[in-house]
Amino acid sequence: MAALDISVADQTVGTNETGRTIEFIRRNPTVVISASVLIAMFLVAIFAPYLATDPLELAPWDRLKPPGEFGWFGTDHLGRDVYARTIYGARISLSVGLFVALVSTGVGLFIGLLAGYVRIVDTVVMRIMDGLMAIPGILFAIALMALVGSSVQNVIIAISVPEIPRVVRLVRAIVLTIREMPYVEAAVASGTRLPQILVRHILPNTFAPLMVQATYICASAVIVEAYLSFLGAGTPPEIPSWGNMMAEGRVYFQFKPWLLFFPGLCLACMVMTVNMLGDGLRDTLDPRIARGMR
Amino acid sequence: MHYCLDEVGFMYAYIVKRILATIPVMAVVAVFVFGLLHLTPGDPAAIIAGDYASPSDIEGIREKLGLNEPIPVQFYTWVKSVAQGDLGVSIFSNLPVTKLIGQRVEPTLMLSLFTIVIAIGVAIPLGVLAAWKSRTFIDRFAMIFAVLGFSVPVFVIGYILMYVFAIQLKWFPVQGYKHLADGILPCIRSLVLPSVALGIVYIALIARITRASVMEVLAEDYIRTAKAKGLSSQVVLIRHALKNAAVPIITIIGVGIALLIGGVVVTESVFNIPGLGRLTVDAILHRDYPVIQAIIILFAGVYVLVNLLVDLSYVFLDPRIRY
Repeated sequence: MAALDISVADQTVGTNETGRTIEFIRRNPTVVISASVLIAMFLVAIFAPYLATDPLELAPWDRLKPPGEFGWFGTDHLGRDVYARTIYGARISLSVGLFVALVSTGVGLFIGLLAGYVRIVDTVVMRIMDGLMAIPGILFAIALMALVGSSVQNVIIAISVPEIPRVVRLVRAIVLTIREMPYVEAAVASGTRLPQILVRHILPNTFAPLMVQATYICASAVIVEAYLSFLGAGTPPEIPSWGNMMAEGRVYFQFKPWLLFFPGLCLACMVMTVNMLGDGLRDTLDPRIARGMR
Repeated sequence: MHYCLDEVGFMYAYIVKRILATIPVMAVVAVFVFGLLHLTPGDPAAIIAGDYASPSDIEGIREKLGLNEPIPVQFYTWVKSVAQGDLGVSIFSNLPVTKLIGQRVEPTLMLSLFTIVIAIGVAIPLGVLAAWKSRTFIDRFAMIFAVLGFSVPVFVIGYILMYVFAIQLKWFPVQGYKHLADGILPCIRSLVLPSVALGIVYIALIARITRASVMEVLAEDYIRTAKAKGLSSQVVLIRHALKNAAVPIITIIGVGIALLIGGVVVTESVFNIPGLGRLTVDAILHRDYPVIQAIIILFAGVYVLVNLLVDLSYVFLDPRIRY
């Protein structure tokens, strides 16, 4: 018995930074694995010039070569290296996903805080959000892209706008719950001013759910960017993106399926990784929701 | 007796209130769709005409769309004609937009209905089974399927299905759509692959919610009572658990319509189905804004209508709900 106590005590004494890290990995394998895969994808995207040749280089005499014969993934209808284009395509998907998540949660957070705290704004804003939510996101993005013309920046804006209402609803719901809490009432009673209440008491409570929401938005943005590019209303065709590659390869699909296979596979893997990170974060950050869902 | 009348009164008040609530939503949709063209930087007529248009082309479009009028007047005229069922004239083909939409409605409607039937038919049994056998192999499998379904984009699933079942096995046609007039069987055969591709994400969504809400109900006391009375597990699962778990399931089916509409556009493109989705894509390429506008209004209207029906179904599914 005594021996056991000592060993337990030893372990607790030994729990320093490394110990805590190991404990975190053991408890949240989904978060750790998906985050590592995602970081690896980011590294591949950043160091693309060192990993692949020029994705725009034409080689008309080496058109539509199968994988292995020319490059790892073969070549497309202009003789461009599919492997290089796939690696470079990760850049577009990752940056669109990341920026859409940042823009829509940022704007949504601002509007949501305002709606949750200012009664007059609330009615008007929530009606507008209801209307915006009734428009299917992809259609809204398509219409916007048809008007503003294709560029990566416009793609990010077009995908972000329809995502905003969901963030606003989430933030507003949190604000409405938190502002009735005794500690917020105490802060109000002791004369704390509104900006400080928002920043010190309300904002920290939105952080965990927003992070989960932002991850899911990122995953859906990666898909929608591919859809838009596939339909010809997304990333400009001269920039290699997975959606563009699939749009160009679809004509040859029956005989040269690798043109669609590699970008499609990468797309599915990236979206799945981000979705798994979202699920993991949800379970880690909010055990109550996790228990409700399971 | 008096109590009953009151209840009925409440019910009608709720139904009327809910129907009236769709008006502001559709009004906001109209403002957005109209505003999109006018709020984007630049001259709308020049944007629609494209990069290679001559000044007279631009003037022609301006004339045709009434862009010379003040904006509030334009908005009023537009809303009035939309409310009367006139969606304008296509810039590209010069045909009335209602006629273009009429020609394309059947494939999209058939594809969507077929997908919804498949999705509900697969997802609800899958979700109930996963909840009933929770934390077993079946449950694990169902949830892995749900994560996959959320993550693999519809065109990737579409091309995989096409490669395996149409090109290799030749069970189904590779692309295209057979109209109902050509026979029911060929029509369904042409819809199987697109519907499955489109339905997967919907199945994942519905199955996940079904599992969660059935599991919640299964933990209730009355389920234990029902089991203790000696009722068979099928009766407990369907009559007690599924019925009480219906509200969140029906809700997610309604909300998921938005996902379905977005997916329809892509699926029709993949499988070469001449429906509203193809009309949208062609309209983007030609910058045919009246068509794009009309399709958004139409789809948003469908979404609002479906969710209205969902909300009204609560009255019958769960008499406790009162607003």
